[in-house]
Amino acid sequence: MPFIPHTDDEVQEMLSAIGASSIDELFDEIPRDLLISNLDGVPAALSEMEISRLMHARAAEDCGVVCFIGAGAYEHHIPTAVWDIATRGEFYSAYTPYQAEASQGTLQTIYEYQTMITSLTGLDVSNASLYDGASGLAEAALMAVRANRKSKSKRVLLASGVNATYRKVAQAITASQGLTFEIMPLDAASGITDLSKMKIDGEPPVAVVIQQPSFFGTLEQVDALTDWAHEQGALLIAIVNPTSLAVLKAPGNWGAEGADIACGEGQPLGVPLSSGGPYFGIMACKEKIVRQMPGRIVGRTTDLDGKPGFTLTLQAREQHIRRSKATSNICTNQGLMVTAATIYMSLLGPRGLRRVALTSVRQTAKLAAMISAIEGIEKVFSAPHFHEVVLRLDRPVGPVLEILAANNILGGFDLTNDYPELGHALLVCATETKTDADLELYAAALEKALHDSQAKT
Amino acid sequence: MSELPGDLKYTKEHEWLRQEEDGSVTIGVTDHAQSALGDLVYVELPEVGQDVECGGDMAVVESVKAASDVYAPIGGTVIQVNEDLADDPEKINADPYGDGWIVRLQPSGDAGDAMDPDAYQAFLDELDE
Repeated sequence: MPFIPHTDDEVQEMLSAIGASSIDELFDEIPRDLLISNLDGVPAALSEMEISRLMHARAAEDCGVVCFIGAGAYEHHIPTAVWDIATRGEFYSAYTPYQAEASQGTLQTIYEYQTMITSLTGLDVSNASLYDGASGLAEAALMAVRANRKSKSKRVLLASGVNATYRKVAQAITASQGLTFEIMPLDAASGITDLSKMKIDGEPPVAVVIQQPSFFGTLEQVDALTDWAHEQGALLIAIVNPTSLAVLKAPGNWGAEGADIACGEGQPLGVPLSSGGPYFGIMACKEKIVRQMPGRIVGRTTDLDGKPGFTLTLQAREQHIRRSKATSNICTNQGLMVTAATIYMSLLGPRGLRRVALTSVRQTAKLAAMISAIEGIEKVFSAPHFHEVVLRLDRPVGPVLEILAANNILGGFDLTNDYPELGHALLVCATETKTDADLELYAAALEKALHDSQAKT
Repeated sequence: MSELPGDLKYTKEHEWLRQEEDGSVTIGVTDHAQSALGDLVYVELPEVGQDVECGGDMAVVESVKAASDVYAPIGGTVIQVNEDLADDPEKINADPYGDGWIVRLQPSGDAGDAMDPDAYQAFLDELDE
C-alpha cells in the first residue's frame, strides 16, 4: 500500500462526514493534565537536505575502521545478493504481510527460516523471531517459568559467561513478574562455569541458562551443565551464536535430554552491525513446550482444495486472542532481518557457514598468539575458545583503545566496567573478514600503542 | 441443542459437575460452551495432585480462535485428568458430558452456586434474549 497524503480540503471533508470539528477533537478523551503543549527539548525539524547531510556526515565517522570488537555482534561478510534481494519492495516495505490469503511468499520464507533454525539448534520448533538476543533471554526465562510445571520457583541461574547486557535487559523486562537472576561461579583460570563451586541454597532454580560460546568466547561444559540443570528439576535455556552452531554441538543434543529452549542473537546471519540494530532474536524449543513459546509461528498446511500452503499458527497463545494470559505481548517479528538471514543461510549452506565459523576461529587463534607474544599482554583463560579471546593488559584498557582508534582500529571490547575482577581485560574478536594482513596491522599497532602510552607515563 | 443431563449440576461459567459415588466430583464443560468455542485443538490439563481453589484456574481449552480458561467450580485436589484429550481434544465437542470429561477432583468444600438443570436452562434462555 503506497503513502497517500491528504490535502487540507480532504481532511475537512472527512471531519464533516464524521461530525468532528477538528482532529484534536478526536483525542478529547485524553485528560487535559496529561497533554504536553511543547516539546521544549526537541530541536526544530530539519529539511530533507539538511538531515541527509547530517546523516551522511555521521555515517562517515564509522567508515574506514577495521573492527576487532565482538561482544555479541559480529562483522561477517554479507554476500551482495542478500540485501539485493531483501531490499526488493515486496520484502522491504511490505506492511505486516502475514495474512495467508495474501502473503504466501513471506510466510514460506519464514517457514524456511524456522526450518533452518531447528536444523542448527537441533530442537523441534522455531518461532518467526523476536526483537534481539537480549530480550530473547527474557522471553526464554518467562517461558521456562510457564513451561516448568513441576516448579513454582522464579529463580533463574545464569552460567558465569552469560552476556551481562542480556542479564540486565532480562532483569528489566521481568522485574514486575518476580524473576530473579543469579550468576554461577566462574573458574578464573579456565574461563568457564565452575560447577564444583555451585551450591543450591534454598529453592531449586526453575531454569538454568548457558551461553555457548560464553561472552568471553570460551566453550562451556554444556553436557555436564545440562544434565546438572535437569537433575535440579530446572529447564535448560541455551543462548547460542548461530554461526558457531555450524561447528559446535547443537543444544538439542546437549547432555542426556538436550536443552529445552534455545535463544540468541541472529545478527551474525547476514545482518550488518549498523550501530547496534535492528537485529533479531532466535528462539526454538522442544515440541512438548511449544505452546508456551512466544512470538509468531508459521506452519504448513493444506487449503480447501488440498493444495499446500503456509499460515500463522498457534495464535491462541498470542495477546490479540489470549490478552493478559498470552505468552508474551510480542505480536510481531523482525521480518526483514529474518528474510536477509534466510537468504544468507541459503547462499552459504551448511558447508559455507562452517567455513565462516572455522575461518573465524582460526583468525582469532592466530591473532591471540600474535598479541599475547607482545610484552605486557597475556591470554587470560585456558579453556578452548570460539572466535573471541580475553587478553589482559599491564595497564588500563581505555587509553590503549583510544590510540588504536586514532589509527582506525577498533581494538576490542573493554571488559573493565562489567568485569572489574578480571583486571585490565580486553575481549578481542577476529572473524573471517580479517585477513592475515589485518592481524599483522593490529599486532603492530597494539605493540606501538603500548610502547607509546608507556612513554607518556 | 442437546438435552441437559439430569444428573449433573451446572455453573454460570458453563461447566458441569457430577457427584461420584466415592465422593469425588467429575467436571467438564457444557454443550453450550463447546459450541461457542468451536473445534477444540488443545486442552491444557492440571497436574494430578494439584490443588485448585473454587473459582480458580483449572484448565485451558483452546480452539483455533480462542483459548478459554476453565475455572474450578469447586475447590479440591485433582485426582484424575482425562489423558485422552491430549490426542483427541475434539471429544469435548463430540461428547461434552461423557467422553469429553476434563478433570476429577476430591472436593475440599462445597460447590458454590452450582445450578440444577432447570436453572441452568433458564440461565441459557436468558442469555439468548
